[in-house]
This record gives sequence, C-alpha cells and structure tokens, in this order.
Amino acid sequence: MVLVVLDHDGNRLRKGALEALTRARQLAEGLGTKVAGVLLAEDKAPLEEAKKYVETLYTATLGPYTAEKWAAGVLAAAKMGAKAVVAPSSRQSRAFLGRVAYALEAGFLEDTLDSSLEAGEVQATRYAYLNRVTQRVKSPLPVVLTVKPNTTPLAEPLEAEAEVVALKVPEIPTVEVLERVEEEKKGVSLTEANVVVTGGRGMGGPEAFRLAEELAALLGGAVGATRAVVDAGWRPYSEQVGQTGKTVQPALYIGLGVSGAVQHLAGMNKSKYIVAVNKDPEAPIFKHSDYGVVADVHQILPALVQAVKKLKD
Amino acid sequence: MRFVAVIKQVPDGESRLKIQGGRVDLSGATLILDQMDEYAVEEALRLKEKHGGEAVVVGFGPERTEEAIRTALAMGMDRGVHVVFEGYADPVAVAQALAPVLKEEAPTLVLTGGQQADWDSQALGGTLGEALGVPVVAWTTALELEGDTARAKHDLDEGAEWVRVRLPALFTTQQGLNEPRYPTLPGIMRAKKKEIRKVQAEVRPKVALLAEEIQEKQRLGKILDGKDPVGAAEELVRLLHEEAKVI
Repeated sequence: MVLVVLDHDGNRLRKGALEALTRARQLAEGLGTKVAGVLLAEDKAPLEEAKKYVETLYTATLGPYTAEKWAAGVLAAAKMGAKAVVAPSSRQSRAFLGRVAYALEAGFLEDTLDSSLEAGEVQATRYAYLNRVTQRVKSPLPVVLTVKPNTTPLAEPLEAEAEVVALKVPEIPTVEVLERVEEEKKGVSLTEANVVVTGGRGMGGPEAFRLAEELAALLGGAVGATRAVVDAGWRPYSEQVGQTGKTVQPALYIGLGVSGAVQHLAGMNKSKYIVAVNKDPEAPIFKHSDYGVVADVHQILPALVQAVKKLKD
Repeated sequence: MRFVAVIKQVPDGESRLKIQGGRVDLSGATLILDQMDEYAVEEALRLKEKHGGEAVVVGFGPERTEEAIRTALAMGMDRGVHVVFEGYADPVAVAQALAPVLKEEAPTLVLTGGQQADWDSQALGGTLGEALGVPVVAWTTALELEGDTARAKHDLDEGAEWVRVRLPALFTTQQGLNEPRYPTLPGIMRAKKKEIRKVQAEVRPKVALLAEEIQEKQRLGKILDGKDPVGAAEELVRLLHEEAKVI
C-alpha cells in the first residue's frame, strides 16, 4: 500500500493533500498496490471528504497538532504495510515526517517537484542550494516523500467510499502547547497567488503596506514581507517570504524596498518575472530582477497604483 | 548541563556555484558555517553563559568541515566533535551516524539549524529527535530553561505557539532567535588549541544523488530611472502588460 497523509484545515482537505494523493496514486499504480489515506482529525467534515478519495482510511483523534503525536499517528498507519508515505510539503509535515522516515528507515525525499518509479526505486527532482540547483535523487523503498505545492494536478474523488479503520496510536510524551498565536487569513493565499507584492525595510513602517495591499488587490495577488519587516512587527509572520518563511513562485513578484538578502531570494527566486523598487542602485535584488526601478518606494508606489488603475479602466 | 549545537559547512549563498560532471562543484565557492546553524551555536553559548555547563559543537561532513567547527570554537564553544563523511547523505542516514555520538555526549539540549543551505533539507531536527528519542521543537524563535523543562516559542505553517517541553529535547533554530556573535581575534587564537575529536561515520545513505543542474533563471535586468515617479510607474506597467504579459 501507498499511504497518503490527508492534511486538512479542520473543515476541508488542503489542496496539498489532493496533490499528494495524485502522486500517491502514480506510485501505487507502478507498484501494483492500493492507496490508503491517513487522517488525523477531531472534526467530522474532513473525514466525510477524505472518505471519497481512498479505499482505506486510517484515522485517529490525537488532539491539537504536535510533531510527535502526528508522527506517531502516521507511523501507526504506515505500519499497516506502507511501501511509501506521501504527504504535502508543509513546514510542519517536513518536520514530523523526519521522525516517521527515521522510524521506518526510509529514504526521505523532501519537497519534490515530481516523482516516478524507475526499476523498483523512486526517483524525484527537488531544489537544493537555496533553490538555485535542481537535484535528481533516487531511493529504494520504503520512501517518505513530500510534494512541493503547485507541482501536481489535484486528485479526483473515487466512486465508492473508503472503509474507515481506527488506529491504535501509542501515547507519546510530547511537547505541551501553552498558547497558540493565530493569525487572521485573508484574500488569496500567499503560496498560491499568481502575483506577490512584497514589502521590505524600505517601506519605512507598517502604514505604507496599505498601498501595497491595494496594489496586490488590484492585481489579484497577495502581500508578502521580508524577515526584517516581520521582526519589526509591521506584518504578520504568515506573510514572510524566504528561507525561514514561505516559498513563492508567482508569475509576477514585486519587491518594494526589498534589498535582496540571500535568505529572501531563496523564497522567491523561482518567480517568473521579478520587479524590484529600491532607492539604492547597488541593492543585490537588482541583479535578480527583470525590471528594476531605482527610486523611493513612497514615490513610486502611489504612482504604480494609479498606473495599474488606469490600465484596468 | 551540556548544550550541543549540530552544524554543517555549506557554500555561502552569495557564492557562484558551478557544475562539474553533473554535480555541484564547490571548489571555487566560499564555504561557511551554515547561517541557520550559527543561531544554534549562539543559543548554546548563551545557555551556557546563563546556566553553566559545557557547550559542544558537533559537525557532520567532509574534512573541510573542520573549518566550520573552528569558527564555532572561535565564537566560544568549548570543544568539537567532527563526524567525518565525504559525499551525499540523506537526513535519516545523517541522524543514524550522529546518534551514537550524541548519545555519548548526553546533552541537556540539542540545537541545529531549521534548514540546511546545501541540500535545502529541513529534516535533521525530526530524524535526530527520533534517533535520540526526544521531542523536537522546530523553527524556534524564543527559548528559556525552567528547571528540567524548556519554554519555547516556535513557528508553525500558520501562526506560532508557545510550548513547554521536558528536557532533553531538540530545537531547530532560525533567524530571530538571537544575533550570532562574531569570532574575536583572541577567540580565534584560543580556538586553535581547543579539542576536535574525529569520528569516522558509519553512514549508509538510502538516497542517492543522480544529477545536479544549476537553475538560475536569466533575468532581463532592465533598470528604469525613477526620478520621474509617474513616468517610471507608467513605463513599468506598460512593460509588465505588453512585454511580460503578466498583468
């Protein structure tokens, strides 16, 4: 069996789960085996949806997420005979699946762009060296494989509903969650947006982001921020683009007052077109840009909003 | 108490990468202590300064990794262990190789970078946590010891949380946790005399590297003069609409 981790947001399966499912089905076909799902949920809604996508669904209710509990849940399902475990490549899944991979003595293929079965082994491509290099790797079975978002078509539901199997998950001493710092979600999701308007330290303060939001809304995109901006408390962590934040790959990335630190580039250097606005002509981001404007953000941004409005009229 | 930082040596993100025979060739690249691991080293030093004990740096990689271990010693770590391995090893194999060394050290707390700047792996925290049978707090941005537990703040996919965890435990580190110090000249002099124990690694890689290619997209590099903001903005919008066709 190939096991797919059906990640969800409490209501629906995440898009990433449906991408992982497509990959899992491809591998299962090559191996002449079935796909089973594992769903760790407290709520009924994701269970009803998940049942439509697999023939066997392993479930457990483990309380709020901690890496140790999720690893134990997925491991309990994998021990039902998984040759491969496939999961969406969220930051959390990459963390807890390391435990699963170690326990299964599996090859861990993280954040893969594609995957296929070649002569009984799994081959995959992935980025390395801060997104600058593409690696082709292979591993014998078992493997644990995570799927980079927006690389794979979404799976369609099956005709019949899954058989649901409750897992016995051993009690794991774990971290105690004291307080969760939630962030409000709004508009298009950053990792899925076709246009990303990112503000850096050159924005000067949180106020200027109002116009960045307006520009992003006009272009149907999302707002991003650099680490410096997030550290200064101008924008929430969920908007951080870079090595320690989110990786984005939009058709258009606009960096406003972004200098272009290596860690930031690692999160956006795969964008199709990169635009940079910075008053320092020596800012490293210009070397990585398709279009650059050497100017103060505060002068360009209002003009840019007006110019886009004019185009849309 | 013993605070252990696990580190790698990686190419500086600014340095040019070449491909030779289908592999990244680092011979011309500047190699540094992984910046994500610098936060781990700094945190180990601060914990030792506050609570006493010993701060140990454990490096995994080829002979040259000794330079990165020396950097950590020059920052102030007490001694080093170098687990020597040449080539590509997946995170499960690395954890298997490091586990006996770390168990011998019996650390109160293990720290390592959240993502490695060479293979872009975020897995070492998890694999090592499983190998040692300790809980892992990933992407830590605040950390305090309280008796035999630690209180930490760390990032999730959405938002963040405060957790309490019984020690020993493992923490992956990132920017925001602290500001790593620079090695001082006396620190560098002292580091030359500090012990680095060499261990030949038992590594059985599961994942094999087949090929590597540079994927740096050629950029157009068109620079507009922003002295006339309205004109520059209009020209930019025209280019994005007519030339790039992205808006």
